Amino acid sequence: MSILQIIGVTVVKILVIFTMMMLTVSYLVYFERKISAWAQNRLGPNRVGWYGLLQPFADVFKLALKEDIVPTNANKPIHTLAPIIALFVAFTTYAVIPFGPDINLFGYNIPLVVADVNIGILYVLALSSLGVYALTLAGWSSGSKYSLLGGIRSSAQMISYEISMGFSVAGVLLFAGSLRPVAIVQAQHGWMWNIVLQPIGFITFLVAAFAETNRLPFDLPEAEPELVGGFHTEYSSMKFAGFFLAEYANMIISSALIVTLYLGGWQFPYIESFGLPAGLVLTIQILSFFAKIAFLLFFFIWVRWSIPRFRYDQLMNLGWKVMFPLSLINIIWVACLIMIFNL
Amino acid sequence: MALKRRKKDLTFWERIYIPEIIKGLTLTLKTMFRPKFTVEYPEVKFIPSASYRGRPVLVMEENGKERCVACGLCSRVCPPLAIEVQAAETQDEKERYPVKFEINMIRCIFCGFCEDVCPEEAIVMSKDYELSFSSREEALYGKDKLLTPIKQLQDRINFLRRYK
Repeated sequence: MSILQIIGVTVVKILVIFTMMMLTVSYLVYFERKISAWAQNRLGPNRVGWYGLLQPFADVFKLALKEDIVPTNANKPIHTLAPIIALFVAFTTYAVIPFGPDINLFGYNIPLVVADVNIGILYVLALSSLGVYALTLAGWSSGSKYSLLGGIRSSAQMISYEISMGFSVAGVLLFAGSLRPVAIVQAQHGWMWNIVLQPIGFITFLVAAFAETNRLPFDLPEAEPELVGGFHTEYSSMKFAGFFLAEYANMIISSALIVTLYLGGWQFPYIESFGLPAGLVLTIQILSFFAKIAFLLFFFIWVRWSIPRFRYDQLMNLGWKVMFPLSLINIIWVACLIMIFNL
Repeated sequence: MALKRRKKDLTFWERIYIPEIIKGLTLTLKTMFRPKFTVEYPEVKFIPSASYRGRPVLVMEENGKERCVACGLCSRVCPPLAIEVQAAETQDEKERYPVKFEINMIRCIFCGFCEDVCPEEAIVMSKDYELSFSSREEALYGKDKLLTPIKQLQDRINFLRRYK
């Protein structure tokens, strides 16, 4: 392939993923409201469009019409920058996550990942840590005590959970022997999914992912009862929508990352042995990837409406005294597996 | 001295969270499939029980006349002074009737004292809760709006006879 063709293919992939991401985010908001309603014996939005399916667009329209308020005490440039960082992080991280195996199209071999980087996992970890700047800067620049508290909490929380997240990923990397997400997925063939091989690592990573995306039970940066709205108290209109969008986009990224690292990515166990035509196998593999993501997204929402928020000291206790040692134990466990079974 | 086991001390299985979290998750998942409580209001209307205190109305007998004898007790007892009664004489057996009976529905607080105090069971609370006005004048309910056939109020009257 010439360089122009590569660029063309990449642009198409970016467009497809970006569109899907935006659509998924808008319908994720819809499903969040629906599932919360079901969990509380309510019906949820059902007025706009068929079964309320146009509700996300009505929400966005409403937010776009709102006045954009910047408080007098705010540091205006940074106040504007914060949601931009949040959105940037939310939309760039997806680039390295593969959503299907390589496909042959018109004689070209096209990998179904925007950028097949050999340090992909490092890239994800680096960018998701950048996300903390968005919240901290938003909290600091608003010039309000509630926002500041939210921002400080977010930085403390993210740093504590980044560690256990990193150590849990280390277990996966030991098995795969590579930082490339594509290689990590390929290493999990058959039932060799990492969730089966290292359940402790899966749990620590899952908990850390909840903390990283600021979802309940770890949504302390925006704990409504104590902090009004946390870091986004002073945001309105499209800037608020930016944070909102970024939160849901982060959920999608975390789910995709969990699927890639622990649930075998696009792998469907033993699909090759059924003797199905290649096109069908490919479709099933891509669909299985999206089905796994959909389940995890449902799980995110499900947990939100089941488990109450942790207290701040409980959060720190859990992060440092439970999650951190557990992820270390997981590394030792993985090392033992590799030593004993020569995996 | 050995530490006393407190009520809030958790057992080992409760301390590792995961079984308890799974318990909670199954509960919410079950709840998701239970029937919903929501009443979709403009399409489906809530029908209150007989004990419901809606808009106060005057009882209209089967012959098309009101029961009210215009004693004025309701207007005396009304805490927000929402009721205005003007009595006049009639050739009927009851001798008096209200020539004007007006309830200001902006003032009414739905306390039901008028119903309590009425010696003739002539003013009762209905089940009507859909009250909206676009002007203050519209909120003055006169006899035309207040008189309601006794058949529609039998439910409430039975309730009053039983519990009042």
